[in-house]
Amino acid sequence: MASTADTRDTFPKLLVRNARDFGARPSMRHKDLGVWQSWTWAEVLDIVRAYALGLSRLGVKRGDTVAIVGSNRPKLYWSIVAAQTLGAVPVPVYADAVADELAFVLQHADVRFAAVEDQEQVDKIQSVMDRLPNLEWLVYDEPRGLRDYDHSRLRSMEDVIADGRKALAADPRLGDWLDGEIAATKGSDPSIILYTSGTTGTSKGVVLSGERSITAATDTVKFDHLDENDVALAYLPLAWVGDHYLNFAQGMVAGFCMACPENAETAMADLREIGPTFYFAPPRTLEALLTRVMIRMEDASAIKRKLFHYFIGVARRYGERILNGESVPLTGRILYGIGNLLVYGPLKNVLGFSRVRTAYTAGEAIGPDLFAFYRSIGLNLKQLYGQTEAFLYVTCQPDGAIYSDTVGPAAPHVDIRIADNGEVLFKSPGMFTGYFRDEAKTAEVLTPDGYVKTGDAGFFDDKTGQLKIIDRAKDVGKLKDGTLFAPKYIENKLKFFPNIREAVAYGDGRDFVTVMLNIDLTAVGSWAERNNVAYASYQELAGHPMVYNMLEKNVAEVNRSLAADKMMAGAQIRRFLILHKELDADDGELTRTQKVRRGFVAERYAPLITALYDGSSEADISTEVTFEDGRKGVISARVKIRDMTVVPAAAMEKAA
Amino acid sequence: MRAPDDSLKTRIGDVLLAVEDVSLAFGGVKAINGVSFDIRQGEIRAIIGPNGAGKTSMLNVINGFYHPQQGRITFKGKTRSRMRPHEAASGGIARTFQNVALFRGMSALDNIMAGRTLKMNVNFFWQMFRRGPAMREEIEHRRFVEEIIDFLKIQDIRRTPVGRLPYGLQKRVELGRALAMEPELLLLDEPMAGMNLEEKEDMSRYILDVNEYYGTTIALIEHDMGVVMDLSDRVVVLDHGEKIADGTPDEVKRNQAVIDAYLGVAH
Repeated sequence: MASTADTRDTFPKLLVRNARDFGARPSMRHKDLGVWQSWTWAEVLDIVRAYALGLSRLGVKRGDTVAIVGSNRPKLYWSIVAAQTLGAVPVPVYADAVADELAFVLQHADVRFAAVEDQEQVDKIQSVMDRLPNLEWLVYDEPRGLRDYDHSRLRSMEDVIADGRKALAADPRLGDWLDGEIAATKGSDPSIILYTSGTTGTSKGVVLSGERSITAATDTVKFDHLDENDVALAYLPLAWVGDHYLNFAQGMVAGFCMACPENAETAMADLREIGPTFYFAPPRTLEALLTRVMIRMEDASAIKRKLFHYFIGVARRYGERILNGESVPLTGRILYGIGNLLVYGPLKNVLGFSRVRTAYTAGEAIGPDLFAFYRSIGLNLKQLYGQTEAFLYVTCQPDGAIYSDTVGPAAPHVDIRIADNGEVLFKSPGMFTGYFRDEAKTAEVLTPDGYVKTGDAGFFDDKTGQLKIIDRAKDVGKLKDGTLFAPKYIENKLKFFPNIREAVAYGDGRDFVTVMLNIDLTAVGSWAERNNVAYASYQELAGHPMVYNMLEKNVAEVNRSLAADKMMAGAQIRRFLILHKELDADDGELTRTQKVRRGFVAERYAPLITALYDGSSEADISTEVTFEDGRKGVISARVKIRDMTVVPAAAMEKAA
Repeated sequence: MRAPDDSLKTRIGDVLLAVEDVSLAFGGVKAINGVSFDIRQGEIRAIIGPNGAGKTSMLNVINGFYHPQQGRITFKGKTRSRMRPHEAASGGIARTFQNVALFRGMSALDNIMAGRTLKMNVNFFWQMFRRGPAMREEIEHRRFVEEIIDFLKIQDIRRTPVGRLPYGLQKRVELGRALAMEPELLLLDEPMAGMNLEEKEDMSRYILDVNEYYGTTIALIEHDMGVVMDLSDRVVVLDHGEKIADGTPDEVKRNQAVIDAYLGVAH
């Protein structure tokens, strides 16, 4: 198999192979009108060929860029392959990007065509049409609401495919022409351009070639023993490298089935119905799931609750060791077996994890408790570290060597080096060929000998030999007294508490460390309900003295754990406040992948930062917010600030 | 968002329902007094007025729940003075209520399926066993209902008992149930009552979409003036059971009698 895959250096060629080798096996599922629809590899090839021909009749040709905008839907994935079939380059864009962001990408990638999901995206593109003079055609998947639109530059995908199919039937020579087009696709040509979410400024177009993408995916498919019998649920943004790699590329290489949920809100229910065997979730999602389970267990009957907590205790003691294949006393195995029957099995079933063989998490640090919980109930959850420039994998944990605070050794055929300033550098089979139309930036991230700078600071852990990431290299700073300050490290420790949704730490060049916190409305709201705390809004709950008291305990605990680490003991939190509003991507405070933009937040809440450092006990702030429909409003509040005591480092050394 | 003016003419057709000189009294209280107006095919028609103006009574007259003492109602060319609610329903008039009136213990899906009851023809015997024609019929109706669920974007609450849903969503399920009847005329009694701004905007969008996508004629009662003026093609204003104005939102807004009724007059 591997030898044939080597010659298949583009995704259209892989599709042809899959249609031949796995013709009758499912390639794609999608829940539509409440029923799961399936397409086999042979059917998909048939559709993609007709679609590609239809697109070429609209004028798509080799080298064109085609924007793909929308959520995970079969036709959008097929748009990707159909464009690639013609040698055009698909450019996926996040479905929830606001018109301005969308315009930037479409303009920068100079797209002539756009394949979009529905009316919402059509409206968005049409609102910025004057900035996109080269955009010729929009094709859409979902016709609702578009009937009365001017169709002079608009077509439904259905029609484009039907048109291609008709042409194919009328002229058999077109089939040969298509075969020729597929054969002419080159592995070294750009296969896709993925725009980064822009954690650090404006987004950049990462160009990936077919050959490298497929080589990387082949490695990891082998690494995780994936084959055509696997199933994955494609519920994370289609424009994100993770979805494109884990589901699309690996699915193409291994020939497994990708299932698209009905919509974003039903993803959890769909997960349960599909029962994927390969699963990826960012720590945030895993945390939300666990919070939901815990809240529901609080409401369960006393017997169920006792049973649950008892067996979760059993799992904590033995579960991970059983999963790692270590030796466990017989009583432990028996208890775990009963627990599996009564608690873990049903719980995994509710969460949709019953059939998962391999699960990954990545994107940010995962709390040790959270990580251990999922592993202890028997979910083979592992960590990986990667980035768009690497076409995902830089490191990943092999079965049997899993730790919550490391991200694993280098992935197959990946070469890692740590620079003098602590920055992680890598060279990998899937690495990008450059940023689209931005040679200066490309040169910036490449070392002279061809390694890519990740921008992350990390080191290889002595104990495990695995890579440990502490923060963005440029974010690691120093307090005035020279103490090392890794904001992300502190923030992550805070975020491991269920009550804290988001934390932003400041301290670089300052006298001491301060943090701004966001409460988690689900967890704190449920706590408020149980404790008869009345509140009318997020703002009121966030400012409640009892909530402050609760979070103060969490912050104190973080200080204790920081004190245990010699390097970090000086960077304990002296003052904190709870923000009056949730940080939101629509306000530019988070990136689309929900990462905090620390600098921007600091500017926006400058009066609060000043107050954190000038000793005042409260501060007034008013900020502009953007509603979902794009209108703006202003939120004002008086935010209180709490002082914290610092744990002496020496006292902790013994305890640690 | 609204279709430009010239397309309005193509969308709106002939008179679908005409109310002529209708009066309704409860004992000595005159709820409606000699009101006439019409509803045209494909339009969104609002009935507004201060509290106690007789708006809900008017809706109840239209769908046959009340029988007017005087006057005639012509629906689809047929004139009548009395009609029972179920006749109105099978005749193509569906409605939602001011207070949500759903089966609270049943799922959203089942509630909407209930709206298809009138369209089911298979006899009781087959339905009891859920075999043969009953099965085929159920699949066919379920498909229709799933389209409504998709239309109203409530896939995620399909299996949730409606009693557990927030108010705004319950209202949406109720709209779904009314749509399941494939009505020609949809009566909405204060569809936005008690909603927050976001829910109101959602509901407005759905009302416009229903009108455009299914081509359903809609008559709605609403207190929120902003909503009424944005949504409706024509507005009829009632006050103390009498019609005081009738016309496009702009005309009505400028009408002195309407301004007086809402803001009061200096005596």
